[in-house]
Amino acid sequence: MRAMVYRGPYRIRVEDKPRPVLEHPNDAIVKVTRAAICGSDLHLYHGMMPDTRVGMTFGHEFIGVVDEVGPSVRTLQAGDRVMVPFNIFCGTCYFCARGLYANCHNVNPNATAVGGIYGYSHTCGGYDGGQAEYVRVPFADVGPELIPEWMDDEDAVLLTDAVATGYFGAQLGDIVEGDVVVVFGAGPVGLSAAASAWLMGAGRVIVIDHLDYRLAKARSFAHAETYNFTEHADIVVLLKKLTDHLGADVAIDAVGAEADGNLLQHITSAKLKLQGGSPIALNWAIDSVRKGGAVSVMGAYGPMFSAVKFGDAMNKGLTLRMNQCPVKRQWPRLFEHVRNGYLKPRDLVTHRIPLEHIAEGYHLFSAKLDGCIKPLIVPSAA
Amino acid sequence: MTYTQQRPPMAESSAELRARIPGWGADLNPRHRPAVPMERLDPHPYGAVWDFPERQPEHWPRERSNEHAFLTPVFGTSCPPHGPAGAIRKLAYRRYSEGRAAHWLLLLAADRIDATTGTLRSFASRHPANPIAETGMLAEFKYHGLRSRRGQQRADLVHQPLDLVIVGGSWLAAAVGTYRLVRRVRRVVQRAR
Ligand SMILES: [Zn+2]
Ligand SMILES: [Zn+2]
Repeated sequence: MRAMVYRGPYRIRVEDKPRPVLEHPNDAIVKVTRAAICGSDLHLYHGMMPDTRVGMTFGHEFIGVVDEVGPSVRTLQAGDRVMVPFNIFCGTCYFCARGLYANCHNVNPNATAVGGIYGYSHTCGGYDGGQAEYVRVPFADVGPELIPEWMDDEDAVLLTDAVATGYFGAQLGDIVEGDVVVVFGAGPVGLSAAASAWLMGAGRVIVIDHLDYRLAKARSFAHAETYNFTEHADIVVLLKKLTDHLGADVAIDAVGAEADGNLLQHITSAKLKLQGGSPIALNWAIDSVRKGGAVSVMGAYGPMFSAVKFGDAMNKGLTLRMNQCPVKRQWPRLFEHVRNGYLKPRDLVTHRIPLEHIAEGYHLFSAKLDGCIKPLIVPSAA
Repeated sequence: MTYTQQRPPMAESSAELRARIPGWGADLNPRHRPAVPMERLDPHPYGAVWDFPERQPEHWPRERSNEHAFLTPVFGTSCPPHGPAGAIRKLAYRRYSEGRAAHWLLLLAADRIDATTGTLRSFASRHPANPIAETGMLAEFKYHGLRSRRGQQRADLVHQPLDLVIVGGSWLAAAVGTYRLVRRVRRVVQRAR
């Protein structure tokens, strides 16, 4: 089969690879019909995530058709159209039993601090991902879900991570009616978080980014008030002024490890790997939220330590909440919101790229060319 | 306002927001938000029928974090460790827990070695590395590379030249390595004569 393959930082190509096989009785093999490149794939692409091996196939956002199932699989059969959450999870360990599907203890031998994720380095379990023609889906009875007949494929693929994670980020902020919510990062996750904040009763939603086209999307997709931080000397002071010097009630970090805006931080983290990520956006969130406020983090960070302003968080009495999104738990409610037209995932898609040209897709997305917000990958056989 | 007990007045009332934004307040009640409270014990959600899943067969000594009691019942099988990078990886997993910087720094070092040796190996294969295709740089022409950057106050423009060094750096290292290898082989051959 054809599959995207990692070759080293900033280098990928499409290769012939053996088709994945059933390795566990509850596995399924899924023929991918749509995949996406995620902002967090760029951390892998840039060589930021430890134990990203040459030859690995990325891609944790995909949908497809079940091609083959293992002997113990009961709920799926060949031919079913399924959407697959980016988390791999067993359903019954200590953490899964408590709904923490992103924290499953039974799927990632390489680390206990992170769960299993498709195509997300060996730090997340060493599973090949869905930017390929076929992909192995473990615990097929637990993770995948049939795509509802009324749902568009592009809505479905966005719900496997980006939109679910954005909603989850807003949820972690424990928003109450009238809250001022500031979202750092206007990528697909930040845009979804901003849109979701309204559903939870926010009184004002502010989005911060450095790319004007993404801020325009924040205004149209998420009805948000927007600011480009490059146009202001100090984004924290601006946010204080905008909120009567109180600060936002809730700040959401939808940026994660590769925040731009401070070259020193960028070099020590993204380039020299001395930090688990550049915490610029996280520190802005801590600085700009009001005392007693909440900071929600679902931007992806690596396992190494980062220079986070913990003292300020402590002195301000902040609530910090964070996790990878337990996608499947979010789906029933999100399906209703999509059906009602409250969330429109596919409006985030800007590019559709054939698998054979995926290297260009990564470069396009990484360098933020051509107004790219979300690129989808179309496998050769789909 | 902030210096008194009142919270600053909102620009828009809830009624105005509800009229302007589709779905405003649909999840105002936390009960409508998924799984609140967060921890709801449900040992068999969806289709899981096991308490502890059946074990996936281990076809090679699979590396694992020393914080795990045993190999997890299910695991990925992409890219088994091999060569010098693989040896470093096995050491990182065997010796250092996830709490130690050495664990992650060794893994990152192995990643760089893996990328360099992978490139060198590719020249002996039917699919040698091709920097133009692999970096996707043709996207610069296809997707308005210049126009996307010109006249924009993008924060990432400051470091984009650094990315070039990172990409070019490994090629330079590979070239130097190849040159040295060729030179050494030639010397050995000459000495043998
Ligand atoms: Zn993602
Ligand atoms: Zn589990």
